[in-house]
Amino acid sequence: MTTSRYDPVPKNNAMHTGSALLTNDVGLHARPSVKLTQLAKRFGAHIEFARATTGPWVDAKSPVKVMRFKATKGETLHFRARGSDAAEALAAIVSLVERGFATEPERTSQLPQG
Amino acid sequence: MEKRFAGRSAAPGLALGALFPIANGTGTRVASGAAESEAEALRSALSAALSDLSALIERSTEDAAAILEFQVALLEDDVLAEPAHAAIAAGSAADQAWLQALQQEIAGYETSDDEYFRARAADLYDIRDRVLAHLTGSATETAVPAGAIVAAVDLAPSRFLAIDWSRGGALVLTAGSTTSHVAMLARSRGVPAIVGLGVDVDELSGLALVDAHRGVLIVNPGPAARVQFERDAETAATARTLATAAAMKPAVTADGTTIRIVLNIADPRELSDLDPAICDGIGLVRTEFLFHNQQGLPDEEQQYSTYRRIVEWAHDRPVTIRTLDAGGDKPIPGLTPTGESNPFLGVRGLRLSLAQPDVFRTQLRALARAAMHGNVKIMLPMVTHPRELAIARSMLDAEIAALTAAGIPARRASLGIMIEVPAAAIAADQFDAEFFSIGSNDLTQYVAAAGRDIGAVADLADPTQPAMLRLLRYVVNAARAQHIDVSLCGDAGGDARAIPLLLGAGLRTLSMAPALVGNAKLAIAAVDLRSVMESEPWPT
Repeated sequence: MTTSRYDPVPKNNAMHTGSALLTNDVGLHARPSVKLTQLAKRFGAHIEFARATTGPWVDAKSPVKVMRFKATKGETLHFRARGSDAAEALAAIVSLVERGFATEPERTSQLPQG
Repeated sequence: MEKRFAGRSAAPGLALGALFPIANGTGTRVASGAAESEAEALRSALSAALSDLSALIERSTEDAAAILEFQVALLEDDVLAEPAHAAIAAGSAADQAWLQALQQEIAGYETSDDEYFRARAADLYDIRDRVLAHLTGSATETAVPAGAIVAAVDLAPSRFLAIDWSRGGALVLTAGSTTSHVAMLARSRGVPAIVGLGVDVDELSGLALVDAHRGVLIVNPGPAARVQFERDAETAATARTLATAAAMKPAVTADGTTIRIVLNIADPRELSDLDPAICDGIGLVRTEFLFHNQQGLPDEEQQYSTYRRIVEWAHDRPVTIRTLDAGGDKPIPGLTPTGESNPFLGVRGLRLSLAQPDVFRTQLRALARAAMHGNVKIMLPMVTHPRELAIARSMLDAEIAALTAAGIPARRASLGIMIEVPAAAIAADQFDAEFFSIGSNDLTQYVAAAGRDIGAVADLADPTQPAMLRLLRYVVNAARAQHIDVSLCGDAGGDARAIPLLLGAGLRTLSMAPALVGNAKLAIAAVDLRSVMESEPWPT
C-alpha cells in the first residue's frame, strides 16, 4: 500500500513517527479499536495518534479515547511513539491498520468489521 | 392542574391509573455521603459488571463474544470512569456521578454523523445499566404495581415482558416508535400504549388517564375529563365483553362462510395465558426474539426447544414459523449490515440469511427437527426472485439429509414464502412455493413508496387502497391456481375496517395479534360476502 509509510528514526529514546490510511469500511470503530488498543498495550512505549502531525494526540492504549476520536474510512492516522520498544510498536501498529485490522486475512468474516 | 400530552397511538385502549416512571437505569440508592466510600462503591460495581461480562462471554458464540469484548475493553479502561470519580471527589453520589458521566459519553456517540457509530450507543447503555444495577443493588427488577401506567423514554422488550399486565395498566413512552418491538408486543398483549409524547419523564407523575385510541395522556385529569373517560370506558367494556365472547367462537361471515383465524406471535411468552381454541393455528412466529438475546446467537438446541414448545402449544394446528427477518427496521448487532443508506431496500430477511448461510442452516435444522412434533410450516421473508426460494429449498433438503444421516429425527416441513416485495406479488404465479402469506405492512409501503413510520406519508401507506386490493386479488388467484394456501399476516388482517375489503379480495385466512381476535371475529360476522363488493381483478 503506497498510501502508508513507516519512518524509523533510529535515535535513542527519540520520537518515532509513522502514518497509515484507514481502509476498512467502518473505520476505527468497536472491533478495530479493541484490536488497536490490545496491540498497543503489548508494548512499553507511549503510543499516540492524531489526524494531523500537529495533533491533538490521542492515547492509543485507551479504547474509550480511541472511540471518542471517531476515525472513519479514508482518513490518514498519524502515529508517534516514544520508549525502548517504540520502533517495533510503531511497525506493528502501522501494519495492523494497513491490513484493515485483519488478523487472519484468509478468513471470510461472519461479522461486519466493527 | 390538568395537563394534556399528545403522542401517537401504538396500541389502542383506555386506562386510568397512577403513573409509574421507569428510569432507563433502575432502582434507587442511599448515598453514604463520604467521597471515599462512594468511590469504592463505584469501583466494586465496575468490577462486578466486568465479571458479569466475562461469564457472558464464556457462554457466548464467537461472534457475540466479540461484541461483549468491546464492552469489556471500555469497562477496563480507567478513562471511562474518570469523570465519575472526579464528580464523586466533588461530592456527588456514586450512582449519580456514573449516570452523568455515561450520559455524556453516550451523547458523544449519539450525535455522530456515522450511523454505525450511533448504533454503538446501545453498548454504552448496556454498560451504564449493568454498572448501575450493581450500584443500586437492583440487579433484580423493581416491581411495577398492578394497573400502573408505566412511563419511560423507551422500553426494552424484555422489560415489557417482565411486567405483569394482567390487571390492566398502560404504557406511555416519551420517545419510541409505533413500529418498534415493544409497540408490537403492546398491541399483541392488548396493553394500551402511546409513543412519542415528547415530554420529560420527570413531568409524568400522579394520576393519569390514557386514551390510546386518540394518543392522548391526561395527567391529573379534571372532572370533565373523568366523566368523559367513564363514558368511553363503559363503551369499551361492553365492546370488550362482546369481543371476548366472540374470540372463543368460530369466525363465520353473515352468509355462512368460515374464515380461518391464525395468530401472529413475536415471543412465545405471549402464548402462556392463551387458549389455543381461539385460533386455527399460528400464522406467523417472528423468530427475531431469539436473536436479540444478549448471550449471542441462538444455537440449534435453543432454537429447537423454543420452536418445539410453540408447536406443542398449538397441538395439531399448523404453526407457520418465519425464518430470521432481521435488517430493515430490525437490526441485530453483529449480524445485520451497517451503513446501508436505505436498510429497507438492503440486505434483510432471506437476503441476509443467504448471505449468512451458517446462521440460516442452523435455523433450518432446528425447524426440521421441531417439525417432528407437529404441523410446522417454514416461511421465508422478503423473497424477491424464484431463484432465492430454490436456493433455500435445496439448503433445507441438504440439512434434512444431513440430520437423517446422523440419526437425528427430522421432517420436511412445508416451505412457503411471504409475499411482501412487489416483485414477488406481481410474479406470484412463478414461485414454486407450498404456501403464500401476504405481509401487508411491507407490501403496502413498497407498493405505495411510503414508509409507514413516516407520519407525513402515512395516509398513502393504506393497505386497502386500489393498487393493494388489486394485487391481493391477483395473489389469491395465483395461489388458487396452484392449489396452495394463502393468508395475510400484516396489521390489516386484524383491522376491523380492512377486513371486509380483504375478504372481498378473496382472502379466507387472516393472521393477527392474539388481542385482536375477538374484534376481528365480530367484524367478520358482520360481512355478507353476497353483497360485499369483490375487488376488481387485474385488467386484461
